[in-house]
Amino acid sequence: MKLDPDQIREKLGIGADKVYGVIGEFDDPHELVHAGRKIREMGYTKLDAMTPFPVHGIDDAIGIPYSKLGWIVIPVSLAGTATAALLIWYVGAIQDKFVIGGKPLFDFTFSIPVMFELTILFTAFATFMGMWALNGLPRLYHPSLNYKNSHRASDDRFLLVIEADDPNFDAQKSAEHLRSVGAGDVEVVEG
Amino acid sequence: MSDVAITQNPALIEVNPPLVRAADLHSLTEQISTIVEGDVLKTPMKYWITLSITGSVTVLLLAMLTYLVATGIGVWGNNRPIGWAWDITNFVFWIGIGHAGTLISAILFLFRQKWRTSINRSAEAMTLFAVMCAGIFPLFHTGRPWRAYWLFPVPNTDITMWQNFRSPLIWDVFAVSTYFTVSLLFWYTGLVPDLATLRDRAISKIKQWVFGILSLGWRGSARHWRNYEAAYLILAGISTPLVLSVHSVVSFDFATSVIPGWHTTIFPPYFVAGAIFSGFACVMTLLLVARWTLNLQNLITIKHLENMNKIILVTGSIVGYAYACEFFIAWFSGNIYERFTFWNRAFGPYWWAAWSMYTRNVFIPQLYWFKKLRTNLWVMFVISITTNIGMWFERFVIIATSLTRDFLPTSWGFFHPTWVDMCTFAGTIGLFLTLFLIFARFLPMIAISEVKGVLSHEKRFFKGQKAPVEVNQ
Repeated sequence: MKLDPDQIREKLGIGADKVYGVIGEFDDPHELVHAGRKIREMGYTKLDAMTPFPVHGIDDAIGIPYSKLGWIVIPVSLAGTATAALLIWYVGAIQDKFVIGGKPLFDFTFSIPVMFELTILFTAFATFMGMWALNGLPRLYHPSLNYKNSHRASDDRFLLVIEADDPNFDAQKSAEHLRSVGAGDVEVVEG
Repeated sequence: MSDVAITQNPALIEVNPPLVRAADLHSLTEQISTIVEGDVLKTPMKYWITLSITGSVTVLLLAMLTYLVATGIGVWGNNRPIGWAWDITNFVFWIGIGHAGTLISAILFLFRQKWRTSINRSAEAMTLFAVMCAGIFPLFHTGRPWRAYWLFPVPNTDITMWQNFRSPLIWDVFAVSTYFTVSLLFWYTGLVPDLATLRDRAISKIKQWVFGILSLGWRGSARHWRNYEAAYLILAGISTPLVLSVHSVVSFDFATSVIPGWHTTIFPPYFVAGAIFSGFACVMTLLLVARWTLNLQNLITIKHLENMNKIILVTGSIVGYAYACEFFIAWFSGNIYERFTFWNRAFGPYWWAAWSMYTRNVFIPQLYWFKKLRTNLWVMFVISITTNIGMWFERFVIIATSLTRDFLPTSWGFFHPTWVDMCTFAGTIGLFLTLFLIFARFLPMIAISEVKGVLSHEKRFFKGQKAPVEVNQ
């Protein structure tokens, strides 16, 4: 099969003809939050921000829902507890029936430490992997990287994005809106 | 979030100065990133000299372990009646050192202690390296480290046996391996935004690739941060009971036995307090050196160091209380073996070890009641080192003095460490310092994104105020 670079780009949604959104930058986290709130009041729903540290208040300002991570983690944690209990019961009471130190073959009390540790271990893996999965990471490319100052979003700039998926999106007008709330270096970003 | 900025009363600037000082967010990024980014070949000579010294000591560790495996466990001084000696002492010592890292990253996070942000990265790295050093001792005490998988419940064909879950030793296997894994995940999670910063600043192709892959495509999106903060909170929430459980389980190795001097219910809290005490002292030693060599005085201020010294004072006093309690219970129990063990501990053949531990762990940290002393760099450097020596002695005293006098006087003995014992322990110190030096050179030692959060908040709070110049830099 011959690989056509244009087809690959098309499939991945990368292409010069596609618009990712408009991005503008701010110097200060508080300006970003204010601007974000104003932009949202204009009726936009698909917004994002890129910041060097978690800016508190931006989630509410641009309408980002609370993380669902806890719902992923809880069942996995309980599975960890159950795994440990089953393991200890199977090993002690089914597989190797040795009476050691006059202790019962299986009991809740001596299972507590390992049940606790496996709960923690499972929780940690669920949190770690769940967080990356919810974030859609790892990934090698993202259209927002085409913005000329995207590298400063991890340094000292606070970017506000109106995504092209937004029903109210219009490259010209949205850029104008971003400028009107005080964003600098507003650009229509292709992706 | 309120739109009204709350600013500090200017009259209070002396009592409540800003925690970190940096001109702006960009200069903060510059300051921390340039440590990592500099040309490897242009690293100062003193770094290479230090690294070659610690590296040679690490080679000594490898040589000792090779010698042990090739010859047998008898090259260590462990013998009847002291079957557990320096190996377990060193294991407990290193695990304890690690506890400060988790305390700073997890417990202080839950208590919203902003000062943790300047020190958490290096403390977490220290945790990982300390647990690696700790793991060496039980692993090689098995005599056949290549059979270490027998410790884990994995089906195997070479022994038709399973683990005994009634034994605290298997609990320890689970506790320590969970502790290492969770600490690693926590540390890496915190590192990703900073790796993204380094990726965005990287000039050379290789660095762009390496940091690009390690940062997993992090772009600081508000959605990312929301999930990230949820994950951070969960990891902190589980690490808090985890860190308390790990040293509790380590203490169960002793407390569930019937040896006088070990068989006490005070062990879990006593061990945890001691672990945090020694760990903070170790963080202090490393930070004081790093702060001075890398010019981090504006980020790791006297305030940070003073707070750490306060924790050292509190945990040192808890340890002192536990010592007193042990003696009281030994007398109050009316058990002659228990009474003898404690009398023997303080006035028997190991009196020098016991008194060195009481002095270093209980009496010397009391100097920190005085603000002048707990804000003096030389005082805290010396105390951080004496504390760690004292805490090593504590583990040695608990382990050796309880075993040295068996129930039958014919089985009494005295422990003599061999040169292999000493060189192995020295070797783990070398390994620990080598790993830390490599970390400090190639990864951001201070959590850039977290300190930025604090800096940005303080810029608003201290609007238009000039912080008083700090004396005693």
